[in-house]
Amino acid sequence: MIRIRSFKPLFSALLSLLLVVQVQAQTAEEKGLAIAKERKQRDLGWQDNQAEASMILRTASRQEIERRMRLLTLEVKDDGDKGLTIFDQPADVKGTAFLNYSHAIEPDEQWMYLPALKRVKRIASKNKSGPFMGSEFAFEDLSSFEVEKFSYKYLRDEQYEGMDCFVIEQQPAYEHSGYTKLITWLDKEHYRAQKVEFYDRKDSLLKTLTMHDYQLYLDKYWRPMKLSMKNHQTRKSTDLITHELQFRTGLSESDFSQAALKRAK
Amino acid sequence: MKTSLLTLGVLLAGSVMADTQTNIRSAIEQRFYFQDGLYPKQHDSDLSVFIEPEFYHSWNDGADSVNFKPFFRYDSRDSERTHMDVRELMWLHVGDAWELRAGIGKVFWGQTESQHLVDVINQTDFVEAIDGEEKLGQPMVQFSWVQDWGTLSVFALPYFRERTFSGVEGRFRTPLRVDTDNPLYQSDDEQEHLDWAFRYMGYLGDTEIGLSWFDGTNREPVLLPAMQGDEAVLRPYYGQMQQVGLDMLTVVGATLYKLEAIHRKTDQDNFYALTAGLEHTKVGVFNTAYDIGWLMEYQYDERDELATSLGQNDLMVGTRLVFNDIRGTEILIAYIQDLDDSSGHSGYIEASSRINDNWKWRVDGWFFSADTPSDPAYLLRRDDYVQLSLEYYF
Repeated sequence: MIRIRSFKPLFSALLSLLLVVQVQAQTAEEKGLAIAKERKQRDLGWQDNQAEASMILRTASRQEIERRMRLLTLEVKDDGDKGLTIFDQPADVKGTAFLNYSHAIEPDEQWMYLPALKRVKRIASKNKSGPFMGSEFAFEDLSSFEVEKFSYKYLRDEQYEGMDCFVIEQQPAYEHSGYTKLITWLDKEHYRAQKVEFYDRKDSLLKTLTMHDYQLYLDKYWRPMKLSMKNHQTRKSTDLITHELQFRTGLSESDFSQAALKRAK
Repeated sequence: MKTSLLTLGVLLAGSVMADTQTNIRSAIEQRFYFQDGLYPKQHDSDLSVFIEPEFYHSWNDGADSVNFKPFFRYDSRDSERTHMDVRELMWLHVGDAWELRAGIGKVFWGQTESQHLVDVINQTDFVEAIDGEEKLGQPMVQFSWVQDWGTLSVFALPYFRERTFSGVEGRFRTPLRVDTDNPLYQSDDEQEHLDWAFRYMGYLGDTEIGLSWFDGTNREPVLLPAMQGDEAVLRPYYGQMQQVGLDMLTVVGATLYKLEAIHRKTDQDNFYALTAGLEHTKVGVFNTAYDIGWLMEYQYDERDELATSLGQNDLMVGTRLVFNDIRGTEILIAYIQDLDDSSGHSGYIEASSRINDNWKWRVDGWFFSADTPSDPAYLLRRDDYVQLSLEYYF
């Protein structure tokens, strides 16, 4: 009896030692990937959402311009999401709509609807690094987070804005990405991206994205109400602000067709 | 009660699909012509204004909507160019996998940039722009099935719109005035001839395919010399036609390959025509945010010299520069060479940029050269112009 008793703690000590060894054996790449998978896992199943948003574009001389738009998004299992963006401001592009089927490591499929011509134009979208609506956001910065989009490397733990964070290096898997790497700060509590640094093709720091005012939807999904992107090379910046956001609004595949693009209002 | 009203208000405000929208597009345009006109009454400059308001209302949770878009233009020189039109007055009902449209509207078919062979539903509002991109509103009933395998649409077009032509004081005209008040029709039903059209649009991997069929009044008139009192004029003759059209687009990396081909049968002609080309886009050129696009399209028309279109055996090359700045600045330059006649070429430039949220400037220019009288561009050889526009949007 005594033997067994004394054996038990020894066994669990041995077991935890084994576990520690195993954790230490997990490489930085494996840990990075595990964190990315957990991040994606926590954000599955939201189905669809509709948002009203503004982009505030600032030039180096602090001139400001506002763009307004509505965004419809459909969660696609095991692929990038589908998105329909309808522009409301500036007035000359009012009614212009943009349809995007994003893909993790393939080129996205994109169409633009020009209401004056009643014409849907396909966009050659091999290059995802082009700016979205003259902003500091590239198309690839706005598409959904998919695990296959990057290879990962856990760098360190760090405090950011009072939160315990993982710092992860992400290298884009897409060969035509505009970046060599992204450094991402994820809070350990909810696996939400808090800050991302983007490094250009010459591996110098190009942009920093920070997320602000995270709100909880459907008791599970966190969304930042403000994304702030600063370009260090041009000194321009863009804020993407969400005014309204609704989940599970009943959107389906047919709301993301060319026919739907043509009748977007 | 108060709370529930407030909740309701928040819910309604939260609906992303707008119910009622009002837009205005308007501009003041000044044209300068580089040469004296060929005909005595023509002018060297032209001031014009237009306004195009648009009213949209939807109900039934967005399943039903009406869009109304009238258009008015005043031209200081050409009374034929001073005109109005209902560009759109359309009711749309969206079903589960189908759409029904009834009213007046505009339909665009096709993929190429330099000319639109396949696109035959709407009549060209030729006094608006010589590139033929401006269209008159077409009365129609359209039913579309939207399926996984593509979209199939059928169009019934109960009323025909006549093409607009410049008056004696306008530019871009024929030596004789086009007598738009006295058109001729092949069909006894004249403007009331019921035209039919079908279109399928679908995907085959990375290729978009459009197939279309049209049976009805030809939108392109033949101009027949006639006497109107003492005056020699040209009377537009609108025959019947059957046209089958194919349009395709394939994406290969950063390049779009485009094709439009038609076969048209009229009481006078039976011919093939095609436009084929590519558009290649390079983003972030010269270490900036600029995009540069290269366009090249070949135009062929079996009718050769008899073709009423400008492209019988022609090559268009162009470049589009997109600045990706907050002003949305863009420049498009294109050059079209007649491959049968080295003297026959034309070019155009389009540039535009925002001034602020509501105002925009635009510069358009067209340049023509043709020494051969049989070339349709020969009529335009003295009509080179630059147009400055100040546009207002709301």
